Amino acid sequence: MNVIEVTNLVKRYGDHTAVDDVSFAVEEGEIFAILGPNGAGKTTTVESISGLRTPDSGTIRVLGLDPRRDRDELRRVVGVQLQESELPDQIRVREAMDLYASFYAEPRDPERLLDDLGLADKRTSAYGKLSGGQKQRLSIALALIGNQKIAILDELTTGLDPRARRDTWQLIEDVRAGGVTVILVTHFMEEAERLADRIAVIDAGRLVALDTPAGIVSRVDAEQRLRFRPSAPIEDGLLTGLPEVRSVRRHGQTVEVAGTGNLVVAVTAVLARNRIVANELRIEQAGLDDAFVALTGRTLAS
Amino acid sequence: MLTKMIGVETRLFFREPGVWLLTILLPTIVLVVVGLLFGVKPDPSLGGHRWIDIFAPSMVVMTLAILGVNTLPARLVKYREKGVMRRLSTTPASPRSLLIAQLAVNMGVAVGSLVVLVVVGNVVLQIPFPKDMLGFGVAFLLGMSALFALGLLVAAVAPTAGIASALFVPLFALVMFLGGVYLPRQMLPDLLIRVGDYTPPGVQALLDAWSGTSPQLAQLAAMGVITILAGAAAVRRFRWE
Repeated sequence: MNVIEVTNLVKRYGDHTAVDDVSFAVEEGEIFAILGPNGAGKTTTVESISGLRTPDSGTIRVLGLDPRRDRDELRRVVGVQLQESELPDQIRVREAMDLYASFYAEPRDPERLLDDLGLADKRTSAYGKLSGGQKQRLSIALALIGNQKIAILDELTTGLDPRARRDTWQLIEDVRAGGVTVILVTHFMEEAERLADRIAVIDAGRLVALDTPAGIVSRVDAEQRLRFRPSAPIEDGLLTGLPEVRSVRRHGQTVEVAGTGNLVVAVTAVLARNRIVANELRIEQAGLDDAFVALTGRTLAS
Repeated sequence: MLTKMIGVETRLFFREPGVWLLTILLPTIVLVVVGLLFGVKPDPSLGGHRWIDIFAPSMVVMTLAILGVNTLPARLVKYREKGVMRRLSTTPASPRSLLIAQLAVNMGVAVGSLVVLVVVGNVVLQIPFPKDMLGFGVAFLLGMSALFALGLLVAAVAPTAGIASALFVPLFALVMFLGGVYLPRQMLPDLLIRVGDYTPPGVQALLDAWSGTSPQLAQLAAMGVITILAGAAAVRRFRWE
């Protein structure tokens, strides 16, 4: 069942089209990642879903609700963790939880949620004294306190150290296991690959791919690359003659062979026939990073 | 929901000792110090009144100015800048409830400070309690509303905390000056005294009610009009993010 349906969403800021005709649907209980470089229109998309922005055209339905028209109803069932939104420095963790719990008819148990999020021993700490990771976890807790069916989490691990990031990922998996549909906005490939059931790749306001992580990888031509340092000189012709090989390049003493199919077996067989040993052999296969470059013509970092 | 928010905002207010000690105690301390130094003898040039009796309402102005054009709007601008209101707008609690909670807390503190000022002034300096209690209450409420509405208007139109404080500082100084905090009003030129009568929070109306004369309707009405105009403009212009 689809809990979110976005159809032909367009949002402009002046002359700039931030979201350009984007459509997708999110199924109940999945972790759905929206992946793209900074400024691609990810945040605008989820802010439109959250009812914070009015689309210029297109329709959005969240559990059958129109985010603008039925905004009051929407706010009860969708928890949102926003970028750059903080709490007053003096407020204490437990106090913030109780305050936010009071907004909802059937909130979760704040103590249990704090336990689950590893914030139990911070309950009397002031928000201003928390670390970046703790603030993020509290922010997630506040997005879940109302027993919401959908959680929208925008760049939730940005600024966290690797350990806190992994802990947060575990947390998101636990949240989904509890039956919450999760929309994750991220520009971390690894995060999308690790967590998401499906990924919507957005670039310059357009949806360029929508698939499972493996599905997106398989869309790019499955080119493999071998690198090795041959124990004796080898002529390019020996390798380029193979049907599996597409190109051969040399970097100093290292040979790089790119190709498809049973590339590894074909190349090592030729080397064996010529009594050449492949030292420091490395095999590279296309990953989500390559897929992203293939889809958008640039890397995520740029 | 709203009571919870008022409760939390009240606790947050009192968790910053600098702010609440300044707001609640400073006007009273100034009153006592100035009173003990200068003002305890009847002065024939003031019709036999003591100077401190006339100066006391200016300390009410000080309380209201600190809260209305400093504490309250500065906190709202800070909340907006930090995204506190934006976050609230994704929950069933509207950011409006935060605004109402802030108003409630600051008005509560204003009333508390007033009580401290009047009681301590009475005990230490024998300043009589306001003689026209009803008139004094009305003048205080209207004056506070007008000043708070002006503070909200600045918070509403200032895009950043920096610009907000650039607007608050002169407004604060003007309110304090015309309210007779820096210089006793008797020392000001006539024109400035008349302007001060109609400048929030309306020090003359407070003085009249305190000494037993009914406050002038025109002055009270001015406070009402400023409250409505500034308040409506603030509500219209207020941005939550």
